[in-house]
Amino acid sequence: MFPRPIQQASASAQTAYKTMLPIALILWLLPLIAVAIFSIKPATDFTQGNYWGVPGSFELFNNYGQVFFNSDMPRYMLNSVLITVPTVIGAVALSAMAGFALGVYNFRSNIWVFFMFVAGNFVPFQILMVPVRDLTLDLGLYNTKTGLVLFHIAFQTGFCTLFMRNFIRALPFPLIEAARVEGVAEWRIFWFVVLPLMKPALAALAVLIFTFIWNDYFWAIVLTQGPDAQPVTAGITSFNAQYRAAYHLMSAGSIVAALPPVLMFFLMQKHFIAGLTLGAVK
Amino acid sequence: MTVTALPDTEPPRRGWYKRNEIAVTPWLFLAPAILFFAVYVIIPIFQSFSISLYDWDGLGQAEYIGLGNYAELMNDRAFEVSLWNNLKWLVCYLLAIPAGLFIALFLNQTVTGIRIYKSLFFFPFVLSQVVVGLVFAWFYLPNEGLLSNMLALVGLGPVNVLGDPKLATYGIILAGLWPQTAYCMILYLTGLNAVDPEQVEAARLDGAKGWRMLWYVIVPQLKPATFIAFVVTIIGALRSFDLISIMTNGGPFGQTRVLSFYMFEKALSEYGFRMGYGAAIAVVLFLIMLCFIAYFLWSMYREEKGH
Repeated sequence: MFPRPIQQASASAQTAYKTMLPIALILWLLPLIAVAIFSIKPATDFTQGNYWGVPGSFELFNNYGQVFFNSDMPRYMLNSVLITVPTVIGAVALSAMAGFALGVYNFRSNIWVFFMFVAGNFVPFQILMVPVRDLTLDLGLYNTKTGLVLFHIAFQTGFCTLFMRNFIRALPFPLIEAARVEGVAEWRIFWFVVLPLMKPALAALAVLIFTFIWNDYFWAIVLTQGPDAQPVTAGITSFNAQYRAAYHLMSAGSIVAALPPVLMFFLMQKHFIAGLTLGAVK
Repeated sequence: MTVTALPDTEPPRRGWYKRNEIAVTPWLFLAPAILFFAVYVIIPIFQSFSISLYDWDGLGQAEYIGLGNYAELMNDRAFEVSLWNNLKWLVCYLLAIPAGLFIALFLNQTVTGIRIYKSLFFFPFVLSQVVVGLVFAWFYLPNEGLLSNMLALVGLGPVNVLGDPKLATYGIILAGLWPQTAYCMILYLTGLNAVDPEQVEAARLDGAKGWRMLWYVIVPQLKPATFIAFVVTIIGALRSFDLISIMTNGGPFGQTRVLSFYMFEKALSEYGFRMGYGAAIAVVLFLIMLCFIAYFLWSMYREEKGH
């Protein structure tokens, strides 16, 4: 193990390490802690210039209540859910199939199709912006959640296919051959043999894509406007414009907007990390 | 009748699909993904190339002007500033890799509660860039912000990081480094987990320790993690848009623009709908990215052949 386990070090070094841990963590999360403190302060603290002193009063429920019951925030949150969940389902379904095709069959253009997905996944969004916006306008889907969902599914399919294909390549291939010898149809092999084995990959991708799409901002402002279709990342800017300089409300709003992926991460941590670090170890 | 009565002894004429099952199935499975990807990703790339040859406001008639947009880029000061800022992003963003390795080494212990520490150190990565941008913008506020208040404690005057044309870009990059470092850290923590303990012990017996151990024994074993960290960091640096849009909106005096942001500004914001000019900027950004994409694919290709 590297570095050398701290248990082998002197008692004083161990104490030093254990005190440094929380200090380092607080320093690391300092900007976030600042926002959390802002979000429970009363408005008067900001007008009186008491930014970093003891809060004048504890306004957690008031501030967050404002966000939930007195702004468009719940609508934006709902939009985000209605954009994110269909995207996750669509992208995972498409890429599970594509990954199966690329992982199991050795046809000649296999690697080039695979590289097309990988390369497409890396392109800058701006090269797609004008044509995708036009296409969405032409389809009559501008400023709709469907328009965003369709694009997100298509784009995320690149990364997801890379992920699925590599995962399937690592599965025991004799299993599939055994099924073929038995005369099982190919689509049944996919459904009954491969798909059950892919559960960890499906879970990992689902949480990753959920986070990526929830946090998307660029496409939200390119393809939607206004509270009818905009997700929370774009909505927060209008929210902030509405409460300009009301730092306690803006902080509470940002924390609410950030919460779903954070919850997702802490609940599904194992899958999340497994997904992000696939390929980091040979 | 006979055919149905004796299915096993006399194989029926199988359908075209049955005969070609192995060859056809992969394409059936690929069809939906390829269709979506082609319509929304592959074809738009070529369309952007073609739009960049036109003068077009997005609504009216497009006028073909050849390489006119590119000629205009050559004399565009804002384009030059954006290009330089992209370079700053690329170079500074790579600091996330050693920083992530450093934090991973710091946290790679087995004391009580370390798992929670690891999660909390990683946690900035889960936040959207919009929230990261807001959080740092408030952190940098000249009067209300925590940074200025902390500097005041040690007797330094307030700094207006995002209002200073020289500092602003670095201020935004620092905000971007926060989640990026967290990502690199988690990659290296996973990598360190898989480091071969026997090699480490053998190197220890040979007297290797500290930096030399890290550089000659550990880092080579972390190569796969470093490759992924490198890929995501480069892509992340060139994709920077959200933070700039949220924190400074390109200012002060347009000094924090990068290509991705400048393109959006030209094509879609209040500065006018110059789709053709925007597409030309996007093409330049794409070509820069293409160098890296080609390198990544080449590395992957060698890896595939190696198997």
